[in-house]
Amino acid sequence: MSDAIKKGVLATRFFSGSNAKPKFTIGNYAPLIALIILVVISALASEHFLMPRNITNVLRQVSYTGIIALGMTFVIIAGGIDLSVGSGLALVGVLVIMLLNYLGDGWLAVSVAIGAAAALGAMSGAINGALTTKGKIAPFVATLATMSIFRSLTLYISDAGEMVSQNSVYSKVGTGYFLDLPVPVWLFLGLAALGHMLLRHTAFGRHVCAVGSNPKVASYSAINVQRIIFSTFVILGVTVGLSAVMLSSRLNSVSPGDAGMFYELDAIAAVVIGGTSLNGGKGTIWGTVIGAVILGIINNMLNLMGVSPYLQGTVKGLVILIAVLMQYKRER
Amino acid sequence: MTSVQRPTLLRLESIRKSFSGVTVLHGINAEIEQGEVLGILGENGAGKSTLLKIVSGIYSLSDGALHLDGEPVTIGSPGDAKRLGIAMIPQEFNLIASLNVFENIFLGHELKRGSLLDKAAMRQRTHDLLQLLETELDPDSLVEDLSVAEKQMVEIAKALVHDARILIMDEPTTVLTKKEVEVLFALIAKLKAQGVTILFISHKLKEVKQLCDRLMILRDGQLVSMDEVAHLSEHDMATKMVGRELNQIFPERSQPLDEWALEVSGLSIRSQLHDISFGVRKGEVLGFAGLVGSGRTETMEALMGLRRSDSGQVKVFGKPVKIRKLRQAVELGLAYLSEDRQGAGLVMNFDLPENISLISLKRYSRGLINHQQTRKQAQDYVQRFSIKAPSLGSELQYLSGGNQQKVYLSKWMDTDPKILILDEPTRGVDVNTKKDIYHFIQSLTEQGMAVIVISSEMEELIGLAHRVMVMREGRLQGELSGEQINEQQIMLLAAGLGPQQRETA
Repeated sequence: MSDAIKKGVLATRFFSGSNAKPKFTIGNYAPLIALIILVVISALASEHFLMPRNITNVLRQVSYTGIIALGMTFVIIAGGIDLSVGSGLALVGVLVIMLLNYLGDGWLAVSVAIGAAAALGAMSGAINGALTTKGKIAPFVATLATMSIFRSLTLYISDAGEMVSQNSVYSKVGTGYFLDLPVPVWLFLGLAALGHMLLRHTAFGRHVCAVGSNPKVASYSAINVQRIIFSTFVILGVTVGLSAVMLSSRLNSVSPGDAGMFYELDAIAAVVIGGTSLNGGKGTIWGTVIGAVILGIINNMLNLMGVSPYLQGTVKGLVILIAVLMQYKRER
Repeated sequence: MTSVQRPTLLRLESIRKSFSGVTVLHGINAEIEQGEVLGILGENGAGKSTLLKIVSGIYSLSDGALHLDGEPVTIGSPGDAKRLGIAMIPQEFNLIASLNVFENIFLGHELKRGSLLDKAAMRQRTHDLLQLLETELDPDSLVEDLSVAEKQMVEIAKALVHDARILIMDEPTTVLTKKEVEVLFALIAKLKAQGVTILFISHKLKEVKQLCDRLMILRDGQLVSMDEVAHLSEHDMATKMVGRELNQIFPERSQPLDEWALEVSGLSIRSQLHDISFGVRKGEVLGFAGLVGSGRTETMEALMGLRRSDSGQVKVFGKPVKIRKLRQAVELGLAYLSEDRQGAGLVMNFDLPENISLISLKRYSRGLINHQQTRKQAQDYVQRFSIKAPSLGSELQYLSGGNQQKVYLSKWMDTDPKILILDEPTRGVDVNTKKDIYHFIQSLTEQGMAVIVISSEMEELIGLAHRVMVMREGRLQGELSGEQINEQQIMLLAAGLGPQQRETA
C-alpha cells in the first residue's frame, strides 16, 4: 500500500516537468519570508516586541530547544526521528549536577561537567542509534521507549527531588553574557554555523542526505548506511547534552519531573517549520534556526498580547500543520 | 490465419504523450478490433509501454482521444480502466506474497456478506476461474510459494474476475520456460475464443508470428505499421522495428588482451547461486544472458560485496582478494551499475555534481568538499557523454531515463574503475542513448577495460560481447563465443537445454 503511494509520488515528481529548477524557487525561502512577515507584524502589534531586552529574551528562550533542533535536523534528514530528547536532557541534567556536586567548586569542575554532559548526551544518542540500526527498531518506537526509560531513570536517580548545584560558578555559564548576547544564544549560533558546515560542506553531510533520500542508493554507492544513521543520533545526543548544561546552569538546578518536557515537540517543530522534509533526504540548518526563532516569536507575541498560555499549544500545533501542508504542496 | 472482419473495439486517435517536454508518443492512430490478438513490437524506448500505460490508465495522455465501442472515454486511473474492462498484466507482478491466491484475486474488491468477508464465495469463484484457465492452482496456496508462471496465472485470473474485455500483457513470456509459454499461448487462444481482446507486447519475433493476428510496430514514438501478421516475415518485422541495419548501432569489437582482469571461481550462495565460475580479460566484453531471476544480478552483487556469499574465490588482476564490502570492491577498481537505476543507482533529489561525486567524494574533500571541483568534473562528464540536462544544478528526477543512465555511468566512471559491470545498461533508454552507450563500452575496451554486460536483450549481447555466459536458476548453463553467440543458442541454454540439442520449433 505505502509502496504504491511512494511509487505514485515518485511518478508524479518525475513527470511534473513544469518546475524544472526547484532549487531556486521561492518555496525554499518560505521559512525566511515567514520570519520576516512575522517580525513586521509583531513589531506593529506590540511596541515592546523590538526592544533589545525582549529580543534577547526570545533568543535565549529559543536557544535551549534550538540547540537540540540542530541535532534533530541531522536525524530527520537521515530519515529518523527522536522523541527521547526531552527526557534525555533531564537525565543528563541530573547526572551533571550530581557530578558537579561530587567534584566540588570552581571552574575546573564546571569544565569537566560540561565535557561529561556532552559525553553522556552522546551515549544516550548512541543507545537510540544502536536500537534503530543494530536492533532494527523503527526510530519512532525505539525513542518512544527510551523517552520513557530516560525519564524514569531521572526520577529514580534524583528521587524525584529538585537537584540543586552547589558549585558557585556553574550558574555563570547559563546566565552569562558575551557582547550583549546570552551565552546560550552564542552556543546556539556557533553550533548552527558548525552544523551548516557539516551538513553542506563535508562528505558526512552529503552522505546523511543520500541515506535519507534513498538508503538503497546510498548503500549501492559504498556508503555505510547504518554508521551514518548511528552518527546522526550521536550528534543529536551531544546537542541534548549541551542544551542540558545551558538549561541547568541557567536555573542552577534541574527538576527531574518536568525539565525538558515537550522539548521533542519544539525541536521537531523547528526542523519542520524550517523546511526539512519529514520524509528525509533534504533540509537545511539555517531553516531550522529560523524555524526555532519563529516558534519563539509566536510564543513571545502570545505572551505580550495576553493570550492565555493554555492556548499556546494550539497555536504551535497549527503552525506545524501549516508548515507540513506547505511542504507537501511544494513537493506535488 | 485468415483475415476476419471484426468490429472495432478501441480506437486510438492521435495519442500524444510527453514527459518533461520530451515527446515519447507522436500522435498514434490505430483501431483495435474485438477478439483479436494484437502484437505490439518495438525496441525499448519505442513507446510500447507508454502507449499501453495510457490505455490502462497509469499515465494520462497529453493530447488525443480514446474511443471505446465508438464512445469517447477518459481513462484517468487504473480504476477507470478496470471499470471499462481493460486490465494489464504488468511485467512485475502486483501480488501480495503473504496472501493466498483468492485473497489476491479479490484484493480491493472483496466479496462480502453483510460486513464480513464471504470467503466461501471468493474461494468458489476463484476455483471456477482457475478451472476455466485449466490450471491446477489451489485458491488457498500462498502467493509466495508459487512459481513465476503460477503468479502470472494469478494475475490473469485477477484481471478476468473483473470481466476484462481487453487484456494487456507486457512481455509475459520473458519470465517463462518453453513449456509454460505453450500453456500461456493455449490460454490466450481460449480467451480469444471467448471474445477477449489481447494486446501482447513482446520482442520475440517468432512468438509474435505464431500467436498474433495483427501486429502494431512502433519506432521512436511513431506508428510504423499495423498489418496482418500473415503478411509479414520476421525479417520485415526486424527492419520495421529498427528502421536501419543493426550493425550501425553496434561498433566494431576490439581485440581483447590475454591478461585476466577478473577471475571468479566457485561462487555460491545457499539456495540462490551454485558454483559460479567465470573470468573476463582486459579489453573484453563478457555477456551474461538468462531469464529474469536466473541469478545474474545476484552473482554480480555477491562479487561486489553487496550480498553475502557462502563460498567462492575472486582474483583481480591475478591477485586473490576478499571482498566483503562494496567499498573494498571500489578500491580494487570494480564498478557495478545496478539494473535498478532509480531505486539503487541515483539520488533523485540530488543534482548532477552531487550524484556524480557521491562514491568518489573523498577525492574532492580535504575536510570540506571542494564544490567547484565537483562541478567542473561533472561538467566534463556532461560534455563527454553529451548529457542533456536543464543545468548542472538540476535534480536527477527531471532528467530523462537515457540521461539519468549517462549520469549513473559518470558516477561510476568517476571511481576510476578497471573492471566495469553493467546490469541491463540500456533498460528504458532511447535508441540514440543506447548507441552512445555501446560506443562508449567499445572505447573503454579499446583502452583495456574489462566489461561485463548483463542483458535480457539478446541483440545487445550478440552485438557487443566476445563471450556470453548463460545462466539458469542460479547455475551457469554454458559459455558461448564467436559464431555460437546467437539468439537460438542463448535461448536453448537459458531454457535449460544443451546447445547441441536440436531446436524443436
